[in-house]
Amino acid sequence: MTDTAMYRVQTQTRASYSAGAVCIALIILFILLPTFASRGLIQDLFFIFTMLVLAQFWNLLAGYGGLVSVGQQAFVGMGAYAMFGGVILWGLDPVPAILLGGVAALIVAIPTAFFTFRLQGAYFAIGTWVIAEVMRLLVAQWKMLGGGTGTSLPRTATREMWATEWIQTTFDVRGAAARDILTYWLALALVIATIAGIYWLLRTKRGLALAAVRDNIEAAKSVGVDAARMKWLVYLVSAAGTGLTGALIYVQKLRISPDAAFSVTDWTAYVIFIVVIGGIGTIEGPILGVLIFFILQSLLADYGSWYLMVLGLIGIAVMLFAPRGLWGLISEKTGLQIFPVRRRLVLTNPKDGLNSIQSDKQREA
Amino acid sequence: MIWIDTIIQGVLLGGLYALFAAGLSLVFGIMRLVNLAHGDLIVFAAYLILLLVSLLGLSPFLAAILAAPIMFGVGWALQRHVLNRVLGPDILPPLLVTFGLSVVLQNALLEGFSADSQRLPAGEIATASVQMGGLNLGVLPLLTFASAILVIVGLNQLFYRTELGRAFRATSDDAVTAGLMGIRPERIFATATAIAMLVVTLAALYLGMRANFDPNIGPARLIYAFEAVIIGGLGSLWGTLVGGIIIGVAQTVGAAINPEWQILAGHLAFLIVLLIKPRGLFPRAVD
Repeated sequence: MTDTAMYRVQTQTRASYSAGAVCIALIILFILLPTFASRGLIQDLFFIFTMLVLAQFWNLLAGYGGLVSVGQQAFVGMGAYAMFGGVILWGLDPVPAILLGGVAALIVAIPTAFFTFRLQGAYFAIGTWVIAEVMRLLVAQWKMLGGGTGTSLPRTATREMWATEWIQTTFDVRGAAARDILTYWLALALVIATIAGIYWLLRTKRGLALAAVRDNIEAAKSVGVDAARMKWLVYLVSAAGTGLTGALIYVQKLRISPDAAFSVTDWTAYVIFIVVIGGIGTIEGPILGVLIFFILQSLLADYGSWYLMVLGLIGIAVMLFAPRGLWGLISEKTGLQIFPVRRRLVLTNPKDGLNSIQSDKQREA
Repeated sequence: MIWIDTIIQGVLLGGLYALFAAGLSLVFGIMRLVNLAHGDLIVFAAYLILLLVSLLGLSPFLAAILAAPIMFGVGWALQRHVLNRVLGPDILPPLLVTFGLSVVLQNALLEGFSADSQRLPAGEIATASVQMGGLNLGVLPLLTFASAILVIVGLNQLFYRTELGRAFRATSDDAVTAGLMGIRPERIFATATAIAMLVVTLAALYLGMRANFDPNIGPARLIYAFEAVIIGGLGSLWGTLVGGIIIGVAQTVGAAINPEWQILAGHLAFLIVLLIKPRGLFPRAVD
């Protein structure tokens, strides 16, 4: 063991290889789904995908970055309103205007971060909420985009949306259904890009630095991690991603109002429950969480406020009794990791054969 | 003259915000816990008072006296059985639990009392006013402001003059060492939250008599309270009063210019203070 210990750093597990194959098969299935699935299913999946993206970005912020935000609705709303602005004021096509949503959220995130980063820990959370409220009130003053009552996307813009004509002729569907298929594909692309992007980020050196900052900021600083830069990085990345998603959601919804686009329940409370119930600080958690959330919603949505009460109580119970969420329980029991980010040192010493040692470079995720 | 009137109305409104904030500040000062359900607990207390008023036919003041011990118990139980379990170096669990609690409370009230806005019947006092140097001041706003000052004086006395206050301060400084001296931190925490709920009851009384309320207004009250605490500087109750007054004046002045700017002006005042003095106007605690 002394002189010629051969080793390499590995993150993959056997389970993650087979999970990768399943993922690819699932992606192909999802791409082809509109050829045979009903419009209702497509709409449900659109909802699931967009909520999942929001959840992944909140998880990146809170679960990995340690920045608990209750103001994600600020970026959903800004993204959506920027998209509406691009379409209504500049005559852009709604699809490229989605990108405008991401850019707008990124731009407003910079001054926002300047304010909220002055607040520590728990006060950061309420600070983000104040910012979201300020944006809601400011947007409500924007008379060109309908002021406090909101507005709709002009019919000319929605009718001639990119690629809808091609979808109409290929799938032999009407305009509205074609728009659902288009937004569904965009949501699918966004969810794949988000999960792949976050997974990639967490496996790079930056991801390691991020986990180090979350676990012990002083220790991380002492080994040369620029903690402030990591905070900025996750804040801006999740703002841009959340803005893109907001814009996409409102391309599908077609109608916007400040109260809906900056709703704390729809864009932050739901998202927090998805992540908490599924398992915070993992990529798998929000995926599991969004499925549970969707099932609960389908079962209980008719009960209105009872549904939210149940959701809140489940969230509290999970935080009290299983703070790592359902996925945390599963991976504790089985050791299963679909998106492993933990680096393991695999010794390939000729004498000892193949040994695997868990390095404690990263907290168990 | 109209501007002086506007500003004085704002100062008096600041008293209400200071009442919202005092409970939040107390709990944060002792256990570093930010209760995201604080605003909803105020609304909850307002409905509790309303219930007592309509069931027993009492005046809101008497009903609040009855509601106070109930809220005290609610605070104690909440801290003892829920929040104490999640206190720790990680800020995530208490934040998420209190956020969940906020959603549960809001929807429970919605289910129990519907979304209709309610008001506590204050009777003659609601419209009574006194003449002061050519200004017409409402009795109720004056009473609110006086109560805020009394609460702050009372809490300061409690903190610096009593054995319980000494235990509060000791636990706040170092819960483990305080434990070695025979203090039981979990009890101190429960007592602190229970006392905060007494302040919440008082805040709810004036909130309910002053304006209409419905189950959804909690988060906005939390935000005003939070802004007052941050403007004043963490750990300073008199600073919190000043913070409340700044928010109140900004809101009434904003509303006088354009009614749509009322809330926005308050938030902007907060952001300006945060920009110029990130640690608040009277910082004391180091956090």
